Amino acid sequence: MNTGDQFELTVTPDRYLTVRYAGASGDFNPIHIDEEFARQVGLPSRILHGLWTMAQVARAHTEALGGPEVLARLSVQFRGMGLLEQEITVTGTARAVDGDVAQVDSQATQGGKRIIRNGDAEIRLG
Amino acid sequence: MAVNTDAIGKTYPPSTYAVGREKVIEYAHAVGETNPLHLDPAAARDAGYADVVAPPMFAVVFSGRAMTPALFDPEVGIDFAHMVHGGQEFRWGPLVVAGDEITTTTSVKDVSERGGMGFYVFETESVNQRGEIVVTGTWTNIVRA
Repeated sequence: MNTGDQFELTVTPDRYLTVRYAGASGDFNPIHIDEEFARQVGLPSRILHGLWTMAQVARAHTEALGGPEVLARLSVQFRGMGLLEQEITVTGTARAVDGDVAQVDSQATQGGKRIIRNGDAEIRLG
Repeated sequence: MAVNTDAIGKTYPPSTYAVGREKVIEYAHAVGETNPLHLDPAAARDAGYADVVAPPMFAVVFSGRAMTPALFDPEVGIDFAHMVHGGQEFRWGPLVVAGDEITTTTSVKDVSERGGMGFYVFETESVNQRGEIVVTGTWTNIVRA
């Protein structure tokens, strides 16, 4: 991996994704799974779990760079809200490569909005 | 908004989570993993692991539940109606595989107020049955006034 190298992952969460992720993760906050509740609290619809979206950012790194063992650290900031049935694009760019460690910047966008920003990962190479 | 900083440094009793094969596979499907290390015990064994490997972000499954008592601690005093998950960091050590027992300890790392918003930062440290730190999580929750 060299400084400036890029990778991308696209994924479209289907209509029932948040229900499956709630069961898998244990996060049953109704804003993710109950359309009526979500609208009552002022959201446009059910929204994605931020940690599911972060998992897509993590997966973009592990798929592009060699598997789960490469990921030493990932930090992100959540912004706005992720929506169902709209494509998400994760992009990563190597910021620095030093020996067998790389620093990677990333973000996730949906419909032109950044829903994850300041993604910052440390990658174990080799 | 005023925040109560008394809870900074507070640590909660550890909780232990037994990592199950089907739970790892269920989680891996939910986040769209296709790597057979996460889905197929035979493929994982061929790669030198005892069983299916948990995707790194599986950390939320055991550390998220371990954090619940801190999140709901009245001394921390989070106003959930106005809370959003602002940021998250994980630092990973050895991979977690099905069959591991992971013990997570949660602490309140910081409580502060900036620009009228409350910032509540929790840290989770998770160790496996061999005493190796498998993941450290830093969870930042923001409460808007």
